[in-house]
Amino acid sequence: MASEETTSVLVIDDNPIRASIIEEGLRHSGEMRVHLASDMHGIAATIEALQPDVIVIDLGNPNRDMLENAFQLSRAVKKPIAMFVDHSDAAATAAAIEAGVSAYVVDGLKPQRIKTILEMAVGRFNAFAKMERELQIARDALTERKLIERAKTILMNQRNIDEGQAYRIMRSAAMNQNRRLAEIAESLITAAALLDDKT
Amino acid sequence: MTRVSAGFLPLMDAAILIAAARLGFAEKEGIDLHLMRDASWANIRDRIAIGHFDAAHMLAPMPIAANLGLGPLPGRLAAPFAMGLGGNAICVSGELSDMMAQDDDAAGFSINDASLSGRRLAEALKRRLSSGRSTRFAVVHSHSGHNLELRYFMAASGIDPDHDVDIVIVPPSYMPDALTSGRIDGFCVGEPWSNVAVARGVGHVIATKNAIWRSSPEKVLAVREALVDDDPGLVHALIRALYRAAVWCDLPENHEELARLLSEPNHIDVPAAILMESLAGRFGSGNESGNPDFFITDRRAATFPWRSHALWLYSQMVRWGLLEHTTANARTANATYRPDLYRAALAETDALLPASDAKVEGALTEARELPAADGRPLIIGPDGFMDGRIFDPARLDDYIASQSRSLR
Repeated sequence: MASEETTSVLVIDDNPIRASIIEEGLRHSGEMRVHLASDMHGIAATIEALQPDVIVIDLGNPNRDMLENAFQLSRAVKKPIAMFVDHSDAAATAAAIEAGVSAYVVDGLKPQRIKTILEMAVGRFNAFAKMERELQIARDALTERKLIERAKTILMNQRNIDEGQAYRIMRSAAMNQNRRLAEIAESLITAAALLDDKT
Repeated sequence: MTRVSAGFLPLMDAAILIAAARLGFAEKEGIDLHLMRDASWANIRDRIAIGHFDAAHMLAPMPIAANLGLGPLPGRLAAPFAMGLGGNAICVSGELSDMMAQDDDAAGFSINDASLSGRRLAEALKRRLSSGRSTRFAVVHSHSGHNLELRYFMAASGIDPDHDVDIVIVPPSYMPDALTSGRIDGFCVGEPWSNVAVARGVGHVIATKNAIWRSSPEKVLAVREALVDDDPGLVHALIRALYRAAVWCDLPENHEELARLLSEPNHIDVPAAILMESLAGRFGSGNESGNPDFFITDRRAATFPWRSHALWLYSQMVRWGLLEHTTANARTANATYRPDLYRAALAETDALLPASDAKVEGALTEARELPAADGRPLIIGPDGFMDGRIFDPARLDDYIASQSRSLR
C-alpha cells in the first residue's frame, strides 16, 4: 500500500487524450502516484504490482466486467471494493455515472480523499465530453460550409447566375421553409444527383 | 404516454425489448420506451440501481446477485419477465476443434449433443495438459448463464472448470477478436457473437445452450422493486408490451424484419445476414440445418419467469462458490423472480399462463401438453439436462448437497 500521504491511482482509459487530462488533474490535486493503462491484457498483474488505492475507469469501456472480475482474482485488491464514493452518497454516485466514470476504491482510504479524487475525475470527464461536443459542432460546421459551397456551384451552373444570386436564392428558400441553409443545400445536391442519374 | 427508459447490451436476446420499443408494441400500451445501449453488464447493473434506467435487459443471475448484496450498490430488483429461452453457444478455436475431432473413427461431434462434445473436449484438454498447455475459456460475467452453463457442461463431462481450464471475463462483442488473437481458446456467449466468429472463420461451435439444458433461461427483464411498488400498473403495461413483442419475434416469417431491425447501428450493429443465421440456430459449415428451438421467444411459456429457473441458477452460484447457501439466501433468490407480476399483467389477455410457478426441471425429456391455468392446453419443455439430472425446486437442499464442485 502507498504511504498515508501518497495515494496511488490507476486510470484505465483507452482514450489517451482523456486519460492524460485526468492524470494531469490528479497530479494537481495532491500527493498522488498516477498510472495510466489502456490495455486490459494482464490488468490483474498490473493491479497486483501497483496496489492502487483507487482505480478509475471510463463507463464506456466494455472491459469494466473484466476489471471487476480481475478484482475478485487479485490478492492485492481485497474486498470490499466500494464504488462511486460510498453507497450513501447517491448524488455523487449519480454525478459520476452521468459523467461516464466509475471508480473502485480500496477499503481503508479516507472518505474525504476519495471524494476529492472522484470529484476531480467527474469534472475532468465532463470537461472532456464538452470538448468533444464542441469538436463535433466544429466538424459539422465545416461539413455544412462545404455543402453550401457545392450547392451554390450547382445553382450557378444550372441557372447561369453568379455566386451572390445563388446564395440569396438558397437563403430565401431556407427562410421560407424554416430550414437551415445546410439542409437546403443538401436537398439541392440530392436533387441534382437524381437529375444527373436520369440523363 | 409514460416514458420508460431501458438499457440493453448488443445481443440477439435483446430482440423482445428492441421490437417492443421500435415496432409499436410499447406505444400501444401507452409507453414511450426509450432504449439505451450500454457497454457492460456492470453499467447496466449500476444504472438501474441508481434509477438511470427504469428497466433493463439483464443476465438472469444478475438480479438475484443484486438482491443478495453481491453488487456494489443497494436497491432491490425484480425479474417479472423472461426474455426468451436459449440463444447461447459454446465456440472454440479451430485448433481446439481439430483436436476434438481427430483420432476418431466416428463422425466427430455435434452441436446438438453436448455429452459427446464434452467428452471430446475433455480428451483434447487432457492431451493439451500432458504437453504442458493450458486452455482458457471466456464468459461475459461471473453472474451469467454463460458462466453457469459452461461450468455445468464441463463438470458433466469430467472437466474441472476451476482447475483444468482458466475461465476469464471478456465482453460479448470482443469474443471473436479474443479468439482470433489466441488470448482465449473458446468462449460461451449469446448470439450473434459465435456466428460472427464462425463467419470470420476463427470459431467452431461445439454445443448450443439448448443442448446443455433444453429450454433454459437466459436474460430477464429487470425492474427496480421500488418501481413495482410505486407504479405496478406501469410495470404490468411494460410486461404486456414485451409479451406482444415476444409473440411477434417468435414467428419465423418475421425474422427477416427482426434481423434487419437488430442489425441497425444503434442496436447490435452486425450484418442482418449473420443475425438471420443466429435466429435460425445455424452455425456455419456442417450446421446449416439450424434448430427452431435454438432461441425461443414465445412458444412453450418462453417468457414466463419460472421460480424453478431462479432457484436452479441460485444452486449453481452456490456450487461454484459465488455465494453461500442459507435458507434466507434461497428465499431471496426465489423472491427475485416475480411470476405474480407476469400473471397480473397478462390476466386479461389471451396469453397462456402456466398452472404453477415452478416445475421440476429436467423432468420433461420431450415437449408435453399440460393444462394452463385456465385449462387450455399449453405445450411446455422439453427441459432435460445433458446429464439427465433432475432439479426439483422443492428439494433444493438435497440438490445442492449432491452436486460436486471440484472433481478432484
